[in-house]
Formats: sequence, C-alpha cells, structure tokens
Amino acid sequence: MPETTEPLLSVRDLMVEFPTRRGILRAIDRVSFDIAEGEVLGMVGESGAGKSLTGAAIIGLLEPPGRIAGGEIRLKGQRIDNLPAAGMRRIRGKRIGMVFQDPLTSLNPLYTVARQLVETIRTHMDVTDHEARERAIALLDRVGIPAARRRLDDYPHHFSGGMRQRVVIALALAAEPELVIADEPTTALDVSVQSQIIDLLKEICAERGAAVMLITHDMGVIAETADRVAVLYAGRLAEVGKVADVITNAEHPYTHGLMGSIPTLTQETDRLVQIPGAMPRLNAIPPGCAFNPRCDRAFARCLIERPDLIERPGGRQVACWLYDEAQEVAHG
Amino acid sequence: MHRLARMWDSDIAYSFRRSPVAVIAAVVALVIIAAAVLAPWIAPYNPFDSRSLNLMDGFSRPMEPNAFTGNVYWLGTDNQGRDIFSTILYGARISLFVGFSAVVFAMVLGIGLGLLAGWRGGWVDSLLMRIADVQLSFPSILIALLIFGVARGFIPPSMREEVAIWVLIVSIGLSDWVQYARVVRGATMVEKNKEYVQAARVIGVHPARIVVKHILPNVTGPVLVIGTIGLALAIIAEATLSFLGVGVPPTQPSLGTLIRIGQQYLFSGEWWILLFPSIALLALALSVNLLGDWLRDALNPRLK
Amino acid sequence: MAEALLQIEGLCRYFDVSKPWLNRVLEREERQFLTAVKDVNFEIRRGETFALVGESGSGKSTIAKMVVGLLAASEGRILFDGQEMSGTSGAAMRTLRRRFQMIFQDPFASLNPRWRVGDIIAEPIHTFGLLKGAAIRTRVGELLDTVGLSAADAEKFPHEFSGGQRQRIAIARALSSNPEFIVCDEPTSALDVSVQAQILNLMRDLQDEMGLTYLFISHDLSVVRHMANRIGVLYLGRLVEVAEGKTLFRAPEHPYTRMLLDAVPDLALSGRRRKPVEGEIPNPIDPPPGCPFHPRCPLVMDRCKRETPREVPTATGFAACFALEQETAA
Repeated sequence: MPETTEPLLSVRDLMVEFPTRRGILRAIDRVSFDIAEGEVLGMVGESGAGKSLTGAAIIGLLEPPGRIAGGEIRLKGQRIDNLPAAGMRRIRGKRIGMVFQDPLTSLNPLYTVARQLVETIRTHMDVTDHEARERAIALLDRVGIPAARRRLDDYPHHFSGGMRQRVVIALALAAEPELVIADEPTTALDVSVQSQIIDLLKEICAERGAAVMLITHDMGVIAETADRVAVLYAGRLAEVGKVADVITNAEHPYTHGLMGSIPTLTQETDRLVQIPGAMPRLNAIPPGCAFNPRCDRAFARCLIERPDLIERPGGRQVACWLYDEAQEVAHG
Repeated sequence: MHRLARMWDSDIAYSFRRSPVAVIAAVVALVIIAAAVLAPWIAPYNPFDSRSLNLMDGFSRPMEPNAFTGNVYWLGTDNQGRDIFSTILYGARISLFVGFSAVVFAMVLGIGLGLLAGWRGGWVDSLLMRIADVQLSFPSILIALLIFGVARGFIPPSMREEVAIWVLIVSIGLSDWVQYARVVRGATMVEKNKEYVQAARVIGVHPARIVVKHILPNVTGPVLVIGTIGLALAIIAEATLSFLGVGVPPTQPSLGTLIRIGQQYLFSGEWWILLFPSIALLALALSVNLLGDWLRDALNPRLK
Repeated sequence: MAEALLQIEGLCRYFDVSKPWLNRVLEREERQFLTAVKDVNFEIRRGETFALVGESGSGKSTIAKMVVGLLAASEGRILFDGQEMSGTSGAAMRTLRRRFQMIFQDPFASLNPRWRVGDIIAEPIHTFGLLKGAAIRTRVGELLDTVGLSAADAEKFPHEFSGGQRQRIAIARALSSNPEFIVCDEPTSALDVSVQAQILNLMRDLQDEMGLTYLFISHDLSVVRHMANRIGVLYLGRLVEVAEGKTLFRAPEHPYTRMLLDAVPDLALSGRRRKPVEGEIPNPIDPPPGCPFHPRCPLVMDRCKRETPREVPTATGFAACFALEQETAA
C-alpha cells in the first residue's frame, strides 16, 4: 500500500485496565500500531488476547469498569480517546463504522431495517428522509440483498444469517466512514457464506476507500483479506507485518507456533505443531516477555525484561529479544 | 479453617461485608432467632404454663410495678397476666418453627414437582402447571384457610390442639409451593438440554439418577433466594392466620395471637400489648426479607 | 480390510415442527415436518476415523445423536458391530453402551459444574459397575495422566480449568469405560487454534495407542483433512459424497464439495482465484425438489430438478450426482 504521510488511525501505547476488587487488571498493555488509509489490517489473537477490547477502545465502546488508562488514539491526527461522550458519538458511525460478530444482536429486532439504516444516515448526514431512503436502498443493493426496495421495510428476523450480516455491513458503511472495525464478522456464519461476506467487505471498503480493522481468531480469513496483520498475545503485540510475510516466515516464536498449529488444506505433515501450555490469564502474566514460559528459544533476558516492538526489514515489527541487534544472538 | 477462610474471601462474602443493609439485617435476624431458640432458658416467665399465670398480673404497664402484685414486667403483661417479653420470645419460637417448616415443606414439594414437570414435559408438565395456575389465582391465605378448615373437619376435637401446628405448617406450605415449582421447572428445562445431561444419557444413566444427581444441584440456586423471602412470608402468613383465630391454639400464643389480643385492647389504653409484638414481628420479617433481597442480588451474575 | 464397526443404512430423521393443533385449525395450515436426515448410508471400519462434514442444516449433529442413541431414528437402521441398535434395550443396550462414548462441542457445558472432576470421569465406571472403591480412584488418576492433566486435578471443579483442559477431562471421561468407538461432535470448534492442535494431536495419539474408532463431526474442512481417513460430505440432510481423506481434497467429485473447498479461507492458498459462491442453504422445512443442491449447482440439468440422484461409485467412495452418472456412462 502506498505510504501516506499520515496514517488514518494511529494507536500509541494504548492501555486498557479493569479495576477489580483484587487489584487492577491490565487487559491491553502498551499496544501501538497504525492503519493507513484504505488498508486492511488484521488483528489476530486467541481468546483473551485482547483483540475485541482494542476495537472497543478505539470506537469508544469499552464496557465499564473497563477504561482506557493510558496512551493515545488519533484519527487523522485528531485525538479521539479523550473525547467527551457527545464528541465520540459524532465520530462513531460517521468516521468509524463497526461490524459486530452476531448479526442477531447487532440489529434491533423491533425496528425495520429501513428505520435503522435511515436513522443512521440522517444522524450523520444532512439529507431528507426521502434521500436517506434512496441511499439505504442503494446500499442494500450494493451489499447484495436481492429486491432491496421491497425488503427495506422488513424486520431483521425476515433475513437469513448471511443476509443479516450484509445488512450490518450496510449499516456500518451508511455514513461513509473512513475506518470500519469488523469484530469477528464471519465467525457465526457457515463456510460458504463466510467467503461471500469477506469478499463483500473487502470490495465495498476498497470502493469507498475505507480502511478496515479486521479482528478475528481465524488466520485463514486474515490470509485472504488483509494487507497487514498484527498478532496479539496476552494484551501485547507480538508481531506486526505484511500478511504474506508473517504467514510464510513468522519471526516471533509465538506466531511461528501459531502458524504451524493451524491445519490447512494442503499440508503433508502428520502432526500439528503444538505450543505447550496455554496463554496466561491476565492476572498471571509472567515478568519479562509474556510468552517466555512456553517459548523454546527463551533465554535469560526474556525472563526479566519485556521486549518492545523492534523494527525489522520490510515493515515488520517483532517484540522479541532474539531480534535485538544489540544482542549478539545467532538465529535462523 | 482453610475452607472457612476461602468462604470469607469469596465473592459472596465480600458482597455481604460491603453491604451495611445485609449486615444489619443479618444481625437482627440472628439475634431474634437466637433469642427464640433459647427462649426456655432466657425468658423470665413461661407464658404457656397456665398454672403460673396470675390474672391479677394482667394489664401491667411496662417497667411499672403492678398495682396488685407489685411485679415488674419489662414490656408489661397481656389480659391474662402473661409477660409480654416472654410471650414474644416463645411466640417468635413458634413463628419461626412454623415458618421454617412450612418453607421446607413447600420447597420439597415445589422442587419435586418442578423437577418432574421440567424433565417430563408434555402432558405431565401441562397438568402440573395448570394446577399451579389455578392455585395461584387464589390468595394464599384463603387457600391456607380452606385447607385448615377441611383438616378440622377430619380431625376429632380431642386431637385438634396437638395437631394444630402441623396442620398450620401443611396449609401454609401447600399454599406456597408453586413459586418453587415454577422456578425449578424453568431451570430444569434449561439444564436438561445441556451437554452434560446428554453425556449422562449417552452413558446410560437412569433418568431418575440424572434428575437427582445432575440437574437438582444446578437448579437450587434461585430456590435459596425464594426460600429466604418465602420464610418472611410464611412467618407473616402464620401471624395472619393466628390473628384471624385459626392458627395456633390460644394456649400457645404466637406473635399473631398476641397482636390479635393487643388489637382488642388498643383503644382502651393498653398499647403495649399490641406494640411490642408488632415490632418483633416486623423486625423478624423485615430482616429476613432484606437478607433475601441481598442474597438475590449477590447471586445475580448480571449485576456484577 | 478391517470389518465394519458401525453400519448406517437408509437413515432418516424427521422433526415435527407443526404449530400447535389449535393454531393449525384456526390458520388452516398443514402439519410441517423438517427433514433433518434423509437416506444416509455409510459404514465405519474398525480403527479408522470417519468424518462427517457439512454446514448448518446438514444434519451432521442429528446423525451423531442417533448413533449414540440420544435421538431415535425415524427410518433406517443403525448397526453397531452387527447388532441393531433400535431394537435393543435394557441389559443388552447397557452392554452395547459400554463400547461407545461421545465427546461434545462445548467444553463448558459438557461437564456438570457442580461435580468434581474425579466424579465426572468416574461416572461411566460407576454406571457400568466396572470397578469398586479405591480402584476407581487409581483409574481416574491414570486417565487424567493419559490426557495430559495430573491426578490431583480430580478434586477440582470444572470452572477451575481452561477450555482446552476441560475438553481433556471430557476425553478422559469418554475413555473411562474402555470403549472401542467414540463419537466426537465438533470437539475443537470452541477452542483456540493452538489448543485445538494439542487436542487433535492427543486424540490421534490415543487412537494409535488404544485402537479407537472415531466418528468425527465437524464443519472445519482443514481439521477434517488432518484427522480423517474417510470423509462424508452432507448437504441438507443427504450424504452427497464419501471419499478417502486426501482424495476428497485433491479430486472432489460432487459440485457441492468443490464449491465448499473453493470457499474455505485457507492459510496456504491465500490469493488463489476463487469462484464466487452462489446462494445460501435453503430452508430444511421446504427443501428444493429432486437434488437439494440443484438451485446452486453449476452443472444443473433438468433431471436434477425432478429426481434425487443415486449414489454413483467413485475412486474411493461414491457421490450422488447425475452429472457424474453421465460421465461414467460416457
């Protein structure tokens, strides 16, 4: 992707915390990444890694008592993490759209699709009711709902799962946002519908020049859809880089193990790569690198110091001491 | 000890410690319960022993020496010379005994029928729930009265006094089982479809065993909350029935009986016969009720 | 060739989804039936892993439940080691039940939250009266060890374990009666990828050590490819293709299988040209006449709309497709 001078979304040292009675739980611990205009960034991680929380923090929908405890989020240079509720409402929908996982709950079952679309359009754009309806019909048509004009006044339960998710995508794009955050948009769908939805998402965002932050645990979806990928582990970034690079040549030991443990349609090995142990719970993250207990290449420094993202060739970033140039460690 | 420490540190205990209402309610309830249980030892007089009563002691004012006998009673005496304080203690004893037993009876019946209805479904479920619906359309006191009256018809007069308390327990219990049954039925239907029940069925475990050993432990949570509030209601139900004169026999007065007596003499100036038992009943019912409220909120995962 | 441990013949299952009688009378509606499974035939040989793969509405979970006796078959026969399942009951059924077990999809719901792990694992042992007293404790300890946990875990409750660990407990429970055959209903779908790898490896190791036979239900084609010797593809309750593992992926015969394989987002094949997928799965209450796949099939002919295709033998199995019939005839 052509590098613009300023990224569309810039996240720096984001920290999200949950105060509990046993102390403060840090769910996201100094995460930094950028999304360029029009690019698709995949955010991948296992459950509990914090990917959904990152999306929620960006769009300002963190559920209390969770809160942003530090860092900055900038949308085209403007800070959005410290806006008051009214300011965030203007951003949400107009400049950042969201596609949630479960279309059953993200559409209000009591309102027609027309009402939900028109309401969103009119909230963020200065158009008449009639114009908003026409836009809504055009949107539904674009996302592949047959007979859009007629179906506009149907209720969500009249649509099948895949159709509903298309409506949700239409809703997210109704106000022409610059960034769309999609949180597990295909997880609840059948395989054949999944491919239709991710193709649609990719096309329609490319058309409108909207960037996409695609949050998922499914590396296959990322492989087909994203330009770059950010791998989260226990609330920290392990690796960021171009999708093809990361998949074929993962540098962080966790990413490497992860890629090896995913069964594919073409592999010839009999045993899947197995990373011993499990991701630590948020209240039991070991000191130093969070992955060190499970890493077969850990050494002394990994147990004491937490690695920050180290710049690597080709736009890659890895949070691993193996790649610290000051360290004379032979690897490969 | 380690287990107690873990319980103290648990989420429920924490929520309890943090809620002043719960703590006060618990203290009040415990005090009353303890006093009632220990009544035979701490009450200065035995109000049930008719021979010890002296009519001349009647209508003594609280803390004032009696005009005739010179005895001082903390809370005064009633029309028959019974010490109000002692009668409250013994009366609370009866109220608590009847209340607990009625609730236990209603729980056993309600849980049993709820499990049956939830597990079997179909016509068994429909039948039981229709019976429950019919019963719910009658006020519970009326049902208790009805059962009480019917029982009286069957029991010969000589036995009435001994059996009165058990009839009372059964009638209050029978008027109350529906809420337990409904809750348990709903929870059973949810649990029945869960995979651990299916796993047991695949193994071939007998359905009765599945219901008792697998489902029952998982549906009793809300029952506890209803039970606590049900206890308060049962206590009040007993008081109501005794107030109406169809509860405990007059020789074993409960709080309700005292309130009835006190009501008769309220306007002739002997206010203490009504006031103190009423306060005792109020305190008991309210504290149990508040404990139940707190328990329900503490156990509700959504409010966390 | 190993003999068949499980044989399924003409299996059908219908569900009555009609509205209550009064509604039907008032609204003048017919009774409605959902055909979840129709005319399914396959067999599973001793020691192999047979996978049933399909999307929602394919009937794979329904078949799994019928095989273990949780649901009755509407039509057809299920034969376990030559013995028919539907007729048996009582003591004979109990002897049969000892020989198979089931692992479920949701590791959080498949273990009773109020029971200790040791009791959960020992339940089959108790039910079948296999051991008594201290021997049970020892056995439970051994089983926990086999699945990669420790004997001390028997005293804990399920909520103290992670999803992957709970699934190991479920596997230990399934193994406790020494079964020959285990039905696995989406055992790793609810688990993270790296945990899934651990569980799949464990299942394969156990199969090698104990000579187990698996019926593996999944919607994830890559997992199925890794685990299964033979695979059956279901569409709307019908078995459209059966083939040997890798062959299915190298040379799929049925148009639906081809469409499915094309649609899977895959790590290694990213960037390949994909044909866009047509349509969605139809409503199982009102399936299309003839071949259920015909509205979406690129090879559709007139015949497909009227008749249901028969099973046409292929290199390693069969496929139910008229287009194939023509090819082989030609």
